[in-house]
Amino acid sequence: MAGNDLNIFSVAGRAMSAQQVRMNTAASNLANASAVAGKEADAYRPIKAVFATQMDKATGLATVNVSSIVRADATPVRQHDPGNPLADENGDVWAAPVDESAEMVEMLDSSRQYQNLVETLSTAKQLMLDTIRMK
Amino acid sequence: MSDPASNTGLFGVHGMALELRSQRMGLIASNIANAATPNYKARDIDFNTALNARIKGASQDQATAAAVQYRVPVMPSLDGNTVEMGNEQVAFSQNAVGYASTLAFLSDDVGEVKRAIKGE
Repeated sequence: MAGNDLNIFSVAGRAMSAQQVRMNTAASNLANASAVAGKEADAYRPIKAVFATQMDKATGLATVNVSSIVRADATPVRQHDPGNPLADENGDVWAAPVDESAEMVEMLDSSRQYQNLVETLSTAKQLMLDTIRMK
Repeated sequence: MSDPASNTGLFGVHGMALELRSQRMGLIASNIANAATPNYKARDIDFNTALNARIKGASQDQATAAAVQYRVPVMPSLDGNTVEMGNEQVAFSQNAVGYASTLAFLSDDVGEVKRAIKGE
């Protein structure tokens, strides 16, 4: 099947979509950073993309797939906020345990790697075009 | 005894070099793609070894299989990934320039053959 054969374009393309998933998870975490819930179980838990290499033995190329998206096993932060309509009988709410600076770093790293892949792709494309137009 | 490099078809060593450059480009792109994958080990082709094997008559697959090496990281990372983006970017652009030069040599050769055919 053609879909299983990797070439430089599919290597970069799939890696770009993996980076995009990673960026989406960071965005979701940041968006929910200040969300609170009335019960500990209901609080938002940060999500993280798990990357796995996909090797193509025939060509020796390797791209990356998102094998799963896991929810972090972090404990929500208990905050005393009796005025909050979600507060429980003790006047506490549960805030999402999102490390905002870590998520920002994740996002920066991801966008930098995306840029690298775009650069790789455009160089490869230019060289292939030059090869086709050789006269 | 003829020089083995002269027995490599119309375009000499350049055709082989272009194939190898293309393969190396894919390998370095794989490294760049896996910059964030835990436990991924970066690989590269030793171009000299591969080209020498190819000139001596090895097939493309044999030549690259014998010349593929794992990169030795300057500073290993905790997640077992050995991609160092700076090195990969340098290797990628160096290889791209090599590809473009080989292509220029090939282009010249093609032009020469064309002129010979036309009897110019």
